[in-house]
Amino acid sequence: MPKDIPHPAAPPTFSGKEAAALPHRSATISVLVDNESGVLARVIGLFAGRGYNIDSLTVASVDAGGSRSRINIVTSGTDMVIEQIKAQLARLVPVYRIAELSQEGPHLARELAMVKVISDGANRAEALRLAEAFRARVIDATVESFVFELTGGTQKLDSFIELLRPIGLAEVSRTGVAAIARGTRMLSASPH
Amino acid sequence: MTVMQQPSGAEILLRALRDQGVEVIFGYPGGAVLPIYDAIFQQNSIRHILVRHEQAAVHAAEGYARSTGKVGVVLVTSGPGATNAVTGLVDALMDSIPVVCLTGQVPTHLIGNDAFQEADTTGITRAATKQNYLVRQSEDLARTVHEAFYIARSGRPGPVLIDLPKDILIAPAPYQPASAEPHRSYRPATEPDPARIKEAVRLLKGAKRPIVYSGGGVINSGDAASEALVAFVRATGVPCTSTLMGLGAYPSNDPQFLGMLGMHGTFEANNAMHGCDVMLNIGARFDDRVTGRINAFSPGSRKIHADIDPSSINKNVLVDVPIVGDAARVMEALLAAWHADDARQDREALAGWWRQIDAWRAVDSLKYTQDSGPGAIIKPQHAIRRLYEITRETGRETFITTEVGQHQMWAAQHYRFDKPNRWMTSGGLGTMGYGLPAAMGVQIAHPDALVVDISGEASVQMNIQEMATLAQYRLPVKVFILNNQYMGMVRQWQELLHGGRYSESYSESLPDFVKLAEAFHGVGLRATGIDDLDRVIREMIAIDRPVIADICVDQKENCFPMIPSGAAHNEMILGPEHQDRTASITDEGLMLV
Ligand SMILES: Cc1ncc(C[n+]2csc(CCOP(=O)(O)OP(=O)(O)O)c2C)c(N)n1
Ligand SMILES: [Mg+2]
Repeated sequence: MPKDIPHPAAPPTFSGKEAAALPHRSATISVLVDNESGVLARVIGLFAGRGYNIDSLTVASVDAGGSRSRINIVTSGTDMVIEQIKAQLARLVPVYRIAELSQEGPHLARELAMVKVISDGANRAEALRLAEAFRARVIDATVESFVFELTGGTQKLDSFIELLRPIGLAEVSRTGVAAIARGTRMLSASPH
Repeated sequence: MTVMQQPSGAEILLRALRDQGVEVIFGYPGGAVLPIYDAIFQQNSIRHILVRHEQAAVHAAEGYARSTGKVGVVLVTSGPGATNAVTGLVDALMDSIPVVCLTGQVPTHLIGNDAFQEADTTGITRAATKQNYLVRQSEDLARTVHEAFYIARSGRPGPVLIDLPKDILIAPAPYQPASAEPHRSYRPATEPDPARIKEAVRLLKGAKRPIVYSGGGVINSGDAASEALVAFVRATGVPCTSTLMGLGAYPSNDPQFLGMLGMHGTFEANNAMHGCDVMLNIGARFDDRVTGRINAFSPGSRKIHADIDPSSINKNVLVDVPIVGDAARVMEALLAAWHADDARQDREALAGWWRQIDAWRAVDSLKYTQDSGPGAIIKPQHAIRRLYEITRETGRETFITTEVGQHQMWAAQHYRFDKPNRWMTSGGLGTMGYGLPAAMGVQIAHPDALVVDISGEASVQMNIQEMATLAQYRLPVKVFILNNQYMGMVRQWQELLHGGRYSESYSESLPDFVKLAEAFHGVGLRATGIDDLDRVIREMIAIDRPVIADICVDQKENCFPMIPSGAAHNEMILGPEHQDRTASITDEGLMLV
């Protein structure tokens, strides 16, 4: 049976905790919003205006009618800041539902990178070997260049790109993280 | 029905406003909103008040809203009309005041072309509003207006803006009444979690040194919240303090009331906050003006925080028991749970706590000395005290607004409020120029009441043009200027923090306020010494026209107590009446505002 991930209506208790002593962590947050103009600007404005980090942000319409979009945000901060980010997002008028996937249980997070390498000789061969090892696809090739397509977690993409750096890495284009809960749990827009 | 018989956008707008119960609009015309003005001309049920500056329209709507509990409505034109309104919108956002602001916009086909009087109004006001809309299709207009009112007044109230392109105002469309369906995404929770209520009561019952700290949320929630707050505080016997925005929710003459807390709060309120072991925050937000140095704020207490806005909780101060809900529902639930819980309250400890509080109270931190000799200089605190006492004698319903500065803090300290919604001040944004237009809005809503703007000679000049509005609509607002010829609050900080270098804080070349009142068809009065004070106040109250009372007060008076920026509650500076206690301002404090 599909289950809704609970909307964070109840703020957590920080009983006995010191703000300054809270550890810093990363958070992956998914937000289901009305697909109307200005919503993305509001979300980004919220992060900019309140000084929160955006490590990655993706957005696309996700329902049949195109009336709802899902925004995935990877951010970081102390527990206090992340709770605050969630509460600030949840109170935006066009927001239906938010969930911190990185807290609600196991989840999947993937991004896609297109990586251009310009090189020759041994470097070119090495780039191809690396691509194979990472299961990256060659989606474009010329005599002096490749474009690889790689999908995976952020760290996997990071290491692939780092390895290519000394051997002709020329340009990178990444989508940012899309994330979803494992199993039957879902970020649904049904009223709670 | 054929297309020709459908109402125009402007007619739809007015009909939607009427359906929302709107009686008054504060506005200013211009090219982009002419169709609305044309529709206003052809009807009688909604009254339009022509202000003299769009910022004033928003403050007037705020005053109207804050004194009635209804949504205030503003109508301005595109471009400069909208940008002039921005300060008012942010003010309403910071103080959670329900306002709907209608702005004109260039026709949809010109949007983005830098057309005449085009501004990206929704872009500019996105961070200045709770929500904003650009209506792109006539069919969406009525629904958007209804939604805007719902958003403005629901949950934590706030300003909502609707940008209306001119072609939308002209095109005919079908009217849609407000829908009874719940909003698709915005459904703030109002009912508190019973488990958390129980937990809160358990903490409060076990407390040895409890305190209730109430804020503007109690006022916003309505009379029931104030009543429930009073009932709870009386039933539990605990001390109660209030933020600037919350004054009036708990009667300030009540012995359980400790006065306002925070930067210019009383010695007893701040020390009790510092020394309490359990704190119940109801509808306040641990603002930096209240907490002082955050890591030294009430260090030994367990904190219960009830707020309708979950994002207010754990924002500045980590709490032990968070409660999301409407203030009235929370206080009612707390009282019921208090009676239902069979644990006994530690009355003995509470009595000891009161003895401690009474000792702090005995310091009499708001004390000042008024020389009563002939021609003696008026102390600003005394002017407020007398204003309070004399208005009380008259028995008239009285509403007080303020500008921003020392006079505002003295008003908060020395004027005593015993009912909610009688006190309007710009707390969050601290907007000089708020008080006069806000008073205008209050007087529109309460034509027979006494409405006084307690003002400073500098602030009042920021929206002084509204004297003309007062004259036009015969609004007998009283502008009570504590004229110290300084931007007193700036001067005070320069004295205490910047070595007495009074950079640009002297109010040079002041207008003659008596003549100014006359030029605006009002009455000007002046008190230059203590012997004039009562007479001027009485005269001011008796005159049924706009009055400016220019009260010349001590130029060098400072507002105490004061918690300097960067200091803790127990590091308060007291006034010259209490020479034995000293200041402590850290370098870190110098950087804070
Ligand atoms: C629009 C605006 N500009 C500047 C300030 C900063 N400020 C705060 S109080 C103050 C002086 C106010 O002077 P006055 O109205 O004479 O009041 P007083 O402090 O003398 O009672 C100033 C400039 C402000 N709060 N609002
Ligand atoms: Mg002054």
